[in-house]
Amino acid sequence: RDWRTGCFDEECFGVLKMFILVLGLLVGSLMPLGGAASSPDTGTGHGGSHGNKNPGNGTTYSKKPFPVLSFDYEHVRLPFEISLWVLLASLMKLGFHLIPRVSSIVPESCLLIVVGLLVGGLIKMVGEDPPVLESKIFFFYLLPPIILDAGYFMPIRQFTENLGTILMFAVVGTLWNSFFVGGLLYGVCQLEGHKLAYVDLLSCLLFGSIISAVDPVAVLAVFEEIHINELLHILVFGESLLNDAVTVVLYHLFEEYSSVGSITFMDVFLGIVCFLVVSLGGIVVGAIYGILAAFTSRFTSHTRVIEPLFVFVYSYMAYLSAEVFHLSGIMALIACGAVMRPYVEANISHKSHTTIKYFLKMWSSVSDTLIFIFLGVSTVAGPHQWNWTFVVATVIFCLVARVLGVVGLTFVINKFRIVKLTSKDQFIIAYGGLRGAIAFSLVYLLNPKHFPMRNMFLTAIITVIFFTVFVQGMTIRPLVDLLAVKKKQETKRSINEEIHTQFLDHLLTGIEDICGHYGHHHWKDKLNRFNKKYVKKCLIAGERSKEPQLIAFYHKMEMKQAIELVESGGGAKLPSALPSTVSMQNIQPKKPSQDRALPQLSKAREEEIRKILRTNLQRTRQRLRSYNRHTLIADPYEDGWNEMLLKRKKMKELEKKISQMNNYLTVPAPPPDSPTITRARLASDPQAWGLKSVTESIPTIKVDLASPQSPESVNVVDEFSKKGSQPKEEEGGLTMKVPSPAKQRKDKTPDEEPQQRLMRCLSDPGPAAEEEDEDEPFLP
Amino acid sequence: MITIVMGSFQSLPDDHQYRTLSQKTGFSLEQIAILHNRFKQLSQNEETLRRDDLKTIQDLESNPIRSQIIEAFFDSRNFQKDVVGSVEEIGFEEFLTVMSYFRAPPQHITEEQREEIRRAKLRFLFNMHDTDNDGTITLEEYRHVVEELLSRSGALGRETAKGIADAAMLEVASISVGPMAPDEFYEGITFEHFLKILNGVEIETRMNIHFLNMDATVLCK
Repeated sequence: RDWRTGCFDEECFGVLKMFILVLGLLVGSLMPLGGAASSPDTGTGHGGSHGNKNPGNGTTYSKKPFPVLSFDYEHVRLPFEISLWVLLASLMKLGFHLIPRVSSIVPESCLLIVVGLLVGGLIKMVGEDPPVLESKIFFFYLLPPIILDAGYFMPIRQFTENLGTILMFAVVGTLWNSFFVGGLLYGVCQLEGHKLAYVDLLSCLLFGSIISAVDPVAVLAVFEEIHINELLHILVFGESLLNDAVTVVLYHLFEEYSSVGSITFMDVFLGIVCFLVVSLGGIVVGAIYGILAAFTSRFTSHTRVIEPLFVFVYSYMAYLSAEVFHLSGIMALIACGAVMRPYVEANISHKSHTTIKYFLKMWSSVSDTLIFIFLGVSTVAGPHQWNWTFVVATVIFCLVARVLGVVGLTFVINKFRIVKLTSKDQFIIAYGGLRGAIAFSLVYLLNPKHFPMRNMFLTAIITVIFFTVFVQGMTIRPLVDLLAVKKKQETKRSINEEIHTQFLDHLLTGIEDICGHYGHHHWKDKLNRFNKKYVKKCLIAGERSKEPQLIAFYHKMEMKQAIELVESGGGAKLPSALPSTVSMQNIQPKKPSQDRALPQLSKAREEEIRKILRTNLQRTRQRLRSYNRHTLIADPYEDGWNEMLLKRKKMKELEKKISQMNNYLTVPAPPPDSPTITRARLASDPQAWGLKSVTESIPTIKVDLASPQSPESVNVVDEFSKKGSQPKEEEGGLTMKVPSPAKQRKDKTPDEEPQQRLMRCLSDPGPAAEEEDEDEPFLP
Repeated sequence: MITIVMGSFQSLPDDHQYRTLSQKTGFSLEQIAILHNRFKQLSQNEETLRRDDLKTIQDLESNPIRSQIIEAFFDSRNFQKDVVGSVEEIGFEEFLTVMSYFRAPPQHITEEQREEIRRAKLRFLFNMHDTDNDGTITLEEYRHVVEELLSRSGALGRETAKGIADAAMLEVASISVGPMAPDEFYEGITFEHFLKILNGVEIETRMNIHFLNMDATVLCK
């Protein structure tokens, strides 16, 4: 499909129309702005005609006809414009994904900058001043959502495993870049002579420090699309986050002293101290707010609706509090999100979890889009001063510095790493060092009086940003494919992997203890134990605090499976002709003496029954095989006929009360004497009665949910219920007794949407069971 | 004869022994020396190590799979090929051999070598689970593994352990064997199946600990 025909699609047309409308509104809105600003009396005139008192001069006041309809743009101007910009950004995002070919070649960030350029150009053509990306708006409103999104969903395990490497790149790498670029630029300026001689060393160093920081927004935007393996992703991304502290310190240091003109050794020493204060302080502030948020979430069981709000507000407060002391706001935000997540997720409801996830993704997405569009607009708007030498030198030095820095640091780092970084890895790390809007905003903040060369800096920064985002951003994807860099593994965590991950952790800790040296695993284990013993008790409500990670993972898995069952059971016919379930019978060793009260069916009758079942149950086949011990329905070849009968009976009842489906969805339920579990579940979430089945003596039968759609099945049920054989005990661990108390409980429950009845998400308190998309099928 | 200077912590008569060990296990000579010191410390300067010696390590007490780890050191399968059974005491060579399973793979190796190392490490894990030495991990054995893992979690752990083990076993069966008729019985996880299910876990990079090259060990209590 050619992009042209793609464009003539209905949707695309619609989006284009909307886009043009929005654009028109945007441009148009800036015009009466100019008009209204220049004639303030018309405003008061409007105000006066809304007829309150006499005007102050007391002269005759002419009676105007009552204004039925008036135009007063001024008083909605600001929110109107903001909404218009957000709308434009969102429509752009929408539009790109409708044009398939372009979005696969060019990363979104590039397209957005181009759009920004266009919009800026349009506005300029109209004669107005295009709005510039004001640093305040950027740092207070646009940047925090992106960082919070990144911090909250940060894979802690990989981050801490590679922390040393990340810190090396972030701190030493950024320092190296700043001084290299700054120093060499100063040399170039001096050599150039007449035009650039006024640029002094400190200004150059300042410029170097601003431009050498890898930008998290740009990195995220590009790396998200290339699905690179987790190690590289966390290295580049972690570096972009942690170098904020370095940038902050260097920026303030050079800015303060460039007016003075010189730096002493004392200043450098103070700078180092400042760096430690800024970074550690930021982390501490973030951690404090994180713990507060976790603690608050412990008590939110009765007001579930505002749970997400706590997460957002506490995080934002952490950011702002850090900014008050000029600490690193980014690190505070990351620390807050990372600290609070395991505890908050154990406390909040499933819906809140989804809300938080989607709100964060939404805000960060909009922010991201707005930032790039504004970058484009600012390019058109901003005062420029083009100087070939300076700009070209900047670009070249940035690239060279990055490559040298990465290669040199990797050489040192590899001596300490178990898993060494290959040259392919180094290339990607070097190539992925993108610059972005943070650098731009920092330059914009510079005072033109102190820095007469600010415009030149601005131009150079914009050129570097454009270069990295366009050239590097566009080519990184084919390069990744060309170099056959390992991609992110798409497979979901399976229970076996989880078991073995835990097993390995303990094993490695044990071996370290036997070896006698306290390594990485030993300390991690100590931290976990401390966490379990003290912290979790404080911050997690109820019984959840004692839940070990493996069990949490397992429950989460069950939960997902249950949701999926609800979602799939209502709809699609899954075509598969053969029974494909491996059930408990296959792995459970058969006991020789089993008395089953089976109805004696003739072979013909069996065949008939099988055929009926198969036709009725076709549509109910689900994709979840391994975890459904009880999907006997999907496997008509089983010879547990009594179980089959029971199931049919259950299905019939189920049809009457569809909302109790989830009653049967919890697979291996613990035996009845686990009041702790019941209490935990009920106490912490009054809505989640779903696990009442837990209190039954045996795991309940999983019943198919497509039953309401198959009227024929009702007949089958009737047919079978006439046969009426009683359920009997079979194999040891797997009994199919009908939990009769459950029926009564069923009656008590009001009819509600099944989703709401599902238990809140029991996500594990650690990084292990991280998944991004709950809508994907659990098993690949 | 040229005597090779090895450092201050080795006596020359051990030199030859160390070199053969180094060739066999891949550790460097300094690492072997440090581990030998540790061995002597644990075994109270005797020639052989017993289970009780390992049980005295205090840090191990909070480890849920402690007994399995200790057992792994005395499992013949881990230090001699094609021999099954467990021994009562081990010498330094066996100790070192078991430790060598936790060495990181060298940086520049071929794919086959990497695969071989992977298999060796997974074989070690497999042997830890397969306690009756029959070559398969049965449901009972797997249940035991999960129970041990959750043994520190009280009643909640014990109850769900069975369910988790069952679910895990089901997964292995469905991945390895695929659809099964109801009268078929899945005997247990064979080594090949084990390899398959742990394909996603990069064992060769994760099952490593950092062996010190310099004698700066923090002595345990």
